[in-house]
Amino acid sequence: MNKIFQDSTFLGVAISLLTYGFGSFLKKKTKLGIFNPLLISIIITIIIISVGKVDYDVYNESAKLLGWFLTPATVCLAVPLYEQWELLKKNYKAVVAGLVTGTVTSMLTVFVLCLICGVDHKGYVTLLPKSITTAIGMGVSEELGGYVTITVAVIIITGVLGNILGEFICKVFKINEPISKGLAMGASSHAIGTAKAMEMGDVEGAMSSLAIAVSGLLTVVLASIFANFI
Amino acid sequence: MKYLKQTLIILTISFIGELLKSIIPFPVPASIYGMVIMFLCLMTGILKLNQVKDASKFLIEIMPVMFIPAGVGLITSWGALQSMLVPVCIVTVVANITVMLATGHVSQWIIKRERKKKDE
Repeated sequence: MNKIFQDSTFLGVAISLLTYGFGSFLKKKTKLGIFNPLLISIIITIIIISVGKVDYDVYNESAKLLGWFLTPATVCLAVPLYEQWELLKKNYKAVVAGLVTGTVTSMLTVFVLCLICGVDHKGYVTLLPKSITTAIGMGVSEELGGYVTITVAVIIITGVLGNILGEFICKVFKINEPISKGLAMGASSHAIGTAKAMEMGDVEGAMSSLAIAVSGLLTVVLASIFANFI
Repeated sequence: MKYLKQTLIILTISFIGELLKSIIPFPVPASIYGMVIMFLCLMTGILKLNQVKDASKFLIEIMPVMFIPAGVGLITSWGALQSMLVPVCIVTVVANITVMLATGHVSQWIIKRERKKKDE
């Protein structure tokens, strides 16, 4: 099967999209949050390439086209932000306070839990940038001397988890202002959470996009301070 | 043609973002610089909304699928992850919830307070 993948330019993308489509279908039929299309697609694709003994690099060679779109898509997040600018201006206090609190909370939580679990400095700085977008998080982890590959893995897991649980957490803990829901999704689970926030509504999506940029940049500054604690 | 032009604009901005990234020595990705540039272009009127809107909408809509290859890449970091699996799981789940609660409730509290002030 490795050979088939190696010879094909499109198989990786095709399988990724097909499994995503299957996830969407399951979600539509069952209406269960756990059948998150992204999660289903990742799991089934992992199963397929493990069973077929396909190297990840070989799969990625024919699937990386999908990731190629990430930068332009993130650039596009400025569009909903622009469309919601008036709303944002009117609520700037709530936005700023929410995002600063969120970023500090993220690092405080990591600090306290690492202290309890007895994680060493290297592991601690690996986890510090876990809530922010992959590209910034990798940079922070590298700068502070963490395990960059683990940081990337944790960032993706965090995002997928937020994508699956976000709506549920907002509902249970009574976060019902669209602005707050969006900020919470973006601050806790970056772009993967934002993908979900976009489905929740225009305001949610725009606020979540803003949260990616602001929390990301705040983390760059704050992580260098927090890094000294363990 | 419409989509082609819009995509061209988006890709050009992405490229400028890449340029900035190579010049400025912060761990900030090209996409964030690009997002800021796109936003400034729209605010200043250099770009009109309808010059980028349709292609943007499409790209944002299909955004979740762009994370599939990275997600599948988890199998390559599985070995490294195993060594700190327990703390990773605890931190991931707990921090996800605390951050959502902190961000959501602080902003919501201020929104409601300001609304009340206005009503009075």
